[in-house]
Amino acid sequence: MSTLPAPHPKERRIIFGNVSEQNYAPDLETYLAHGGYNEAKKAFTMKPDEIIAEVKAANLRGRGGAAFPTGVKWGFIRRDDGKPHYLCVNGDESEPGTFKDGVILHQDPHQLLEGIIITCFALNIHLAYIYIRCEFTHAKAILEKAIEEAKVRGFLGKNIFGQGFDLDVYVHEGGGAYICGEETSLLESLEGKRPYPRIKPPYFPAVLGLYMSPTIVNNVETICHVKHILRLGSSEYAKMGTAGDGGTRIMCVSGDVMRPGTYELPVGAVTMGELIFDICGGLRPGRSLKAIIPGGSSSKVLRADEVFKIKKPGADGAMIEQETKLVDLVLDAGSVAAAGSMIGSAAVIVMDDSRNMVWALNNLNQFYAHESCGQCTPCREGVLWMSKVSTRMLAGRGHASDPKMLHTIADNIAGRTICAFGEAASWPTQSFTEKFAEEFATAAAQQ
Amino acid sequence: MTSTTAIQASQIPPALLEKIEEAITHYPVSRRSAALPLMHLWQNHFGFIDESGIEWIAAKLELQPIAILEIVTFYPWFRQTAPGKTIIRVCRTLSCAMAGSYELHDQICKATGIDSEQGHSHGMPTSPDGKFSVEFVECLASCGTAPVCMINNDLVEKVTSADIETIVAQHS
Ligand SMILES: Cc1cc2nc3c(=O)[nH]c(=O)nc-3n(C[C@H](O)[C@H](O)[C@H](O)COP(=O)(O)O)c2cc1C
Ligand code: SF4
Ligand code: FES
Repeated sequence: MSTLPAPHPKERRIIFGNVSEQNYAPDLETYLAHGGYNEAKKAFTMKPDEIIAEVKAANLRGRGGAAFPTGVKWGFIRRDDGKPHYLCVNGDESEPGTFKDGVILHQDPHQLLEGIIITCFALNIHLAYIYIRCEFTHAKAILEKAIEEAKVRGFLGKNIFGQGFDLDVYVHEGGGAYICGEETSLLESLEGKRPYPRIKPPYFPAVLGLYMSPTIVNNVETICHVKHILRLGSSEYAKMGTAGDGGTRIMCVSGDVMRPGTYELPVGAVTMGELIFDICGGLRPGRSLKAIIPGGSSSKVLRADEVFKIKKPGADGAMIEQETKLVDLVLDAGSVAAAGSMIGSAAVIVMDDSRNMVWALNNLNQFYAHESCGQCTPCREGVLWMSKVSTRMLAGRGHASDPKMLHTIADNIAGRTICAFGEAASWPTQSFTEKFAEEFATAAAQQ
Repeated sequence: MTSTTAIQASQIPPALLEKIEEAITHYPVSRRSAALPLMHLWQNHFGFIDESGIEWIAAKLELQPIAILEIVTFYPWFRQTAPGKTIIRVCRTLSCAMAGSYELHDQICKATGIDSEQGHSHGMPTSPDGKFSVEFVECLASCGTAPVCMINNDLVEKVTSADIETIVAQHS
C-alpha cells in the first residue's frame, strides 16, 4: 500500500489526514504527535449523552453500505439497562469496489482505536471487537501492536485515562466469506458459528446482538468519524455535508478512469461528473462513458445518458423537481437514492464504451453465486441460476427469453430472503437488464 | 468422526499451544468464539486442518467436532488438504477483471501446469510438482490498483504479465 497522492483541491482529508503524510507511521508516538487521543481525553470531560447528541447533530451516516444515521442507531442502546453491551467494528470490507477501511486498519490503527474508545464510553461498552477480513493478512498484527501500545499508556485496559472506565479491544479475523460483512452474519461468525445471517426482527443488533446482548455494529470509517465530530464540533462537521448527510465521505473509484483511487470529499461537494472527469482525470483517450456503479457492486447501475428527476428546494423554499443528468448528480446519500440507486459504500466503478454489459453483469452474478450463504432457497438457487443464464448468453448459447428470465429470477429473490444479500444480488441484474435492454437482447439472439 | 489418523494433533509445538491459550482469553463470554482464531492459528502452522485438528480444536473449545467441521467447510479460506508451496490468489471480481485478471490467471495456470478451467471454478488446484496452488478469489479490497494478486500472505498490486513471469520463476 502506497501513500496517497497530494489531495485534489476539492478534497478535505480528515480521516485520511494522517495517512496522506509522507512517512506517517502507524505507531503511537507518531499518532500522538498528530493530535492523537486528544478527543478520547475530551470525551471523558463530557457526559455520554452529550457525545451521542453530538453524533446525532453531526448527521453522521454509516459508511458501511446502508447509510443509516449513526446517532439514531446509538440511541437504541439504553446505557443503564444493566446488560453488557458490545461494539463490533465492521472491517470486513468485501463489497466489490470498496478499498478504504483497509487503509485505516493498516496505516492508522490508532485513529480507529480512538474512535472505539469514544464510542464505548458514550454507550457504556467495555468489550469491543474489530472484525477484519482475513485476506488483510498483516492487519491483525498491526492492530494488536497498536492495542498493546495503547494499553501500556493506560488508554486501553483497566481504568483508562485514570477515569475508572475499563475497555478491552480484540481483533477477530474472518474466513474469506463476503456474507460476514452483513452485520448479523458477522455476529454469528464472531460467536464461532456458521455465519448465517439472523432472521429479523429484531432488526437491529442494538436490541439483540452479540451473545444476545445489545450490540452496536459500525463500519471502520464510521467509527473514525466520531473523533472528528468531537474535534470540529457537530455543527462545523455537519456543515461540510448536505442536509442529513454530514462530514466527508471517502469515495473509492475504480475501473475505466485515468486516476483510480480513494478521494475523501465533503459530502455533496462534487457531482459525479466532477469526480470522474476532473478529480479522476477522466477516461482513457478516445473513450466515452457508458455506465457507473455508484456505491459498490450491489448498487443499481446508472447509464451515462440517464436523466433523473430529483426533488430540490427551489428559490422560494418549496420543493421542485429538477431534471438531472448523471454527470450533474450530486454525490450524497439522498441524491443517489433519488436517482434510483444508492451511495452504499461509496465505491464507484466506472465503465467506458469498450465494456460489454452482459460480461460485466455476468462477472457480478458469479460473485453473488459464490458468496450466497445458502440459507434461503430463493437466494441460493436464484443467484446460481442467474449466473448460469448470463454465462450462457455470453457464450452465445442464450435464448431470446433470457433477459426477461434474468429479471424474473431477480424479482423473485429480492424481498424474499433473510438478509439484504438478496437485494444486493438482485439489483445488478434488474438494473443491467432494464437499462441495457438492447445489448442484452442482442446477446441473447447471438448464436 | 474417529481419530484413527491423529497426525497434526500429535505434533503441536509449545509456541502454538501458547498462542492458542492466549487467543481463547480474548473471548471471556464464550469459548466457542475462539473457533475461527484457533483454525487460523492451526492452518498458519500446519498449512491445512486435518481431521485430528478438527477434533482437537473442538475438544479444546468443549464442542462436538461437527461444530468445527461445519465452519471449516463454510469458509473459503480454510483447507482440509495440503496446498502447494506457494499460493497465488488472483482477484476475479469486476474492477480486476476489467484490468485483465482473467488473462493473468490463465498465464499463471499455463506457467505452473495447472488446468485453467479447473482454476476458474473456485477451489484451489495445485500444480503437478506441488509447488503452486492457484485460486481465483473475490474482491480483495484493492480495486484502485487493479489487477491484484496475493502471493502467499502478500498483496501485489497493478500486476503485469511480466510480474507473473518473475513471481513464477522466483517460486519455482
Ligand atoms: C451482504 C452484505 C454485505 C455487507 N458487507 C459489509 C462490509 O463489508 N463492511 C461494512 O462495514 N458493512 C457491510 N455491510 C453492512 C452491514 O450490515 C452494516 O449495515 C454496517 O456494518 C453498519 O455500519 P455503519 O452503520 O457504520 O455503516 C454489508 C451488508 C450486507 C447486506
Ligand atoms: S439472502 Fe442469501 S446470503 Fe442472505 S441469508 Fe439468505 S441465502 Fe444467505
Ligand atoms: S475487484 Fe479486485 S480488488 Fe476489488
